[in-house]
Amino acid sequence: MMDFLLSSWDALPPTVQYLTITMFKIVIVTVGVILTVAFSTYFERKVIGSMQSRVGPNRVGPLGLGQPFADVIKLLIKEIIVPSSSDKFLFVIAPLLSLIPALAAWAVIPLNGSFVIADINAGLLYVLALTSVGVYGVILAGWATNSKYAFLGAMRSAAQIVAYEIAMGFALVGVLMAAGSLNLGEIVRAQEGGVSNWFLIWLFPLFLVYWISGVAETNRAPFDVAEGESEIVAGFHVEYSGVAFALFFLAEYANMVLISALTAIFFLGGWASPFEGWTFLEGTPLAFLMAGSFFWLAAKICFFMYTFFWLRATFPRYRYDQIMRLGWKVFIPVTIVWIVVEGVLAWLRVGPWAGLGS
Amino acid sequence: MIFQTVLFYAFAGVLLLAALGVVFFRNPVHSIMCLVLAFFQSAVLWMLIEAEFLAIVLVLVYVGAVMVLFLFVVMMLDVNLESVKRGLTRYAPLAAIIALVMTAELIQVIWLKGQEAGLTGAFTPYPEGYNNTKALGSVLYTEHVYAFEIAAVVLLLAIVAAITLTMRKRPGLKVQNIAKQVAVRAKDRIRVIKMDPEERS
Repeated sequence: MMDFLLSSWDALPPTVQYLTITMFKIVIVTVGVILTVAFSTYFERKVIGSMQSRVGPNRVGPLGLGQPFADVIKLLIKEIIVPSSSDKFLFVIAPLLSLIPALAAWAVIPLNGSFVIADINAGLLYVLALTSVGVYGVILAGWATNSKYAFLGAMRSAAQIVAYEIAMGFALVGVLMAAGSLNLGEIVRAQEGGVSNWFLIWLFPLFLVYWISGVAETNRAPFDVAEGESEIVAGFHVEYSGVAFALFFLAEYANMVLISALTAIFFLGGWASPFEGWTFLEGTPLAFLMAGSFFWLAAKICFFMYTFFWLRATFPRYRYDQIMRLGWKVFIPVTIVWIVVEGVLAWLRVGPWAGLGS
Repeated sequence: MIFQTVLFYAFAGVLLLAALGVVFFRNPVHSIMCLVLAFFQSAVLWMLIEAEFLAIVLVLVYVGAVMVLFLFVVMMLDVNLESVKRGLTRYAPLAAIIALVMTAELIQVIWLKGQEAGLTGAFTPYPEGYNNTKALGSVLYTEHVYAFEIAAVVLLLAIVAAITLTMRKRPGLKVQNIAKQVAVRAKDRIRVIKMDPEERS
């Protein structure tokens, strides 16, 4: 049986083999991301619950672990209401437009040393392009709903995302100056060799700018003026119900996981192990800690997801003009200054630029 | 090769349909979404000739930034659909003339110049390991560095000009000084006065 399967696999043309393997990889990554999203909602409610001295979900399944699935089923069987004066086509397509870029960006994320769906040279640019496309879902949802609250939410979110994208792009210029490549795998390889080689150390201001801009890009607290429950009900998705709302929810959390993964890759060495330089571990049972693997990336993603929830439970919402001030007047100057500092460091051949030829 | 040709015609066809949609849709928001689709299709066409840097930058700059601002403006406008509809027929002769001139120029550039240079329709793939981004960068920052810098200065000038044209100083505007607010200490706001209790008479 096994031999038959193997021989029929070999008989397939290489294009078909390549397509099959890629499809399989895509399914693995997509299902993985969606499951991560499902459990991060549970994680969020538990974390915030414990920070507010509550229990959090504990009724469905052991420890409440079935809660995400209960929520999904609830949303699936709810009625979808399409407002009668809305633009029907754009109203339906808007949640898809916000979900697709969030999932498509995973194509270039290296999960470990060898697993990446598309190992392209311009990976960093691809990620930037796709995260900037995600704003269409929000704007179109707000406009197509034909409601004042939704429209206000869309306008706020558009201005905010455009402002913070510039700071994000500048922060990534710093990363590619340090790594010397746009390929995400190469960026991780440039940081191999323990914590001291991570870009976190030399690019610390850029790390802060990138991470905070990432929180703002995903419209999460304390930058969630686009939703602003107390002012504009729920912002751009105020008229969405059932599965259409679930797609927005999914897109927001998929974007959070994506930003966490990207921050881990750009500044914390992705799948590289923090203990790589610890040669005294060799021969001990702990030697496996030195190898880079998917689990390091997963641990870093979990840490950043926790930080998202931590921020949400800690800070009050920013006022709109303060968000704009932070983006334009603080983050962009900080990134520009640090890019100049990096230029000087590269000229002096210190840090990640020590190996640079003259 | 056949596969790529099929892909080319499929994407080029959708590109043409999207471009027609930009002109013929009544609702300006729909037109803009068609333009976004057209940008995506042309990005894929660039991707097919292995110009991945240009393709991704097209999506990043035009779809991710320029079209968002377009959408922003168009959604704020309360466009009168009737007047837009009349404009299409009124300007049709002028538009036809411009289209003819542009077609003539394109024929001149692509067909006649192509024959002179001996171009063929077939695309020869680059060798393995060719990096479009690197190739562009190494030319842009060495040979064409002056043109690049001048373009940057012109853009900066445009930004400064746009800001100075639209910025107006309004008298009596209340502005927060956040640094001052953060730096404030309790002793700046309240004065604790110690005094002996007065004697009851």
